[in-house]
This record gives sequence, structure tokens and C-alpha cells, in this order.
Amino acid sequence: MAESTSAERWLDDHGDALFGFAFMRLRDRETSEDLVQETLLAAWRSRESFAATSSERTWLIGILKHKLADHWRRSARQPSDNLNADADDDLIEKTFDMEKGGPWRVSPSAWASPEAALEQEQFWRILIDCVAALPPAQAQAFSLCEFDGLKGEEACKAMQVASTNLWVMLHRARLRLRQCLENNWFGREPKG
Amino acid sequence: MLSCKEVTELVSQSIERRLSLREMLRLRMHLFVCTACSRFTRQMKFLHAAARAYARRGISAARQWVLSTAARERIRVVIRRER
Repeated sequence: MAESTSAERWLDDHGDALFGFAFMRLRDRETSEDLVQETLLAAWRSRESFAATSSERTWLIGILKHKLADHWRRSARQPSDNLNADADDDLIEKTFDMEKGGPWRVSPSAWASPEAALEQEQFWRILIDCVAALPPAQAQAFSLCEFDGLKGEEACKAMQVASTNLWVMLHRARLRLRQCLENNWFGREPKG
Repeated sequence: MLSCKEVTELVSQSIERRLSLREMLRLRMHLFVCTACSRFTRQMKFLHAAARAYARRGISAARQWVLSTAARERIRVVIRRER
């Protein structure tokens, strides 16, 4: 096998999978494409490190995960995106009546048969749109912990934040996602 | 008694870390009497399960998210240049 063709073959065999993986987390076509390219180049440069014990795709996804973490670190440094959880107090104030000691302003409604939602393609799209609508740092925290299944300490390391900070971001992300799902899925009149 | 806000914080944290016995007891006491927070707790468990389920099937669910032909060719050119 001509070794020189393998990077192109990876593009053909795994390009879509890599793109889908990145796009699910970023919802940004251009950045996802860039990361696929960076991943394939990095893979090519470190092709010696590929252990035949793992599948090619697993290996490539592993590299992509690092690229994603780098990307998030870079964007977290931009001033528009704050890792400072306190700058998002609005959410807490809107959700809980802090003057009365923190009860819900509007109680969560009962969600009818949530398990059935998992069977529907449209539900997944809404979930991903809700994640993408989060403030970037919260989206990253949620994505690392819930999609990638990173442990708390690992996510802290990837994001370079203290664990208390991570918990605050996740708490806010979850409050927002809950509201978003209730508005866009569970609150809808059943169709048909 | 914990406030609903504090309860949602603990419920969220319980996904990442083990709560202390004291936290657990205070949480249980609140949930015992608060329908809103009990719903919230169930919904967080659901969200957690849904995210994991999505990640497991993520790649195939993302099938409509494929590289555009233009992007694919652009990357191909860059790869060729690299060797």
C-alpha cells in the first residue's frame, strides 16, 4: 500500500464522520471544516503514532477532540465570550425570585413521555439547537461533560477553569436547556 | 431549608460529583415537599440520558451533516501539498 495515499483515504473514509462530530458540537460549518483539515494534517504528521490496536476512526476522532479543545480554549480567550460565570446573573434572576429567597418564578411543567422524544429525529435537532444557543463557555462545558462524557476534573483541565466555576457554568447551561426544551418540544401541542 | 435555586445547583452538581451526606439529606427533604424541584430533577436525569444517547449515535445521526464537495476538495489540495 502506498503510504502517501492514506491521508487522502482518511478524508474519503472518515471525512464526513469527522465533520459530523465537529458540527454537532459547533454548529458552524466553516470552523468544522477547518478542524477536519487540521485533524487530517496532524494525523498525517503523527502517522507513526497510530497504534493498529485502535480503529482508524477512533484514532482520528481522538485527534479531533484535541483540536476541538484547542479551538474552545482560543475562543474562550476572546473578550466577547466570558468564562466569568457571574456575568450571567440575569438568568438566575429571571428563573428564581431571589427577593423571596429563591423559589421558581414559573414552575417547570410536567414533561409528557420524554422517552418517546428519543425516538424522534426532530427532538435531537432541537436539543442540538438548544445547546448551540447557549453562551459559548456553557455550551462547551455541557458538551465536554455530557456529550463527551469527560469527568469533572478532565473538563476543568480542558477548559482551564476551577471546578466551582465549571459547576456554575453547567448549572446555568442546564437551566437554559431545560427551558429551551420546554419551550420548543415539551410545551408544544401534540401533533396529529 | 434549601431554596429551589440551591436545590437546582445541587441536582446539577450531583451529575459531576458525589454529594456529601448532609447535602443529600437536605436535598431529599426539599424534594419531598416540592413538586417543581422534583420535576426539575427528573428532567435533569432525562437530559443527561438524552445527551449520552445522542453522543452514542451522534455520528450516524449527523449523517446529513456531511462535508460539502467544495470543502472536501479544498482539504484534499492541502493534504496533497503536505506530502
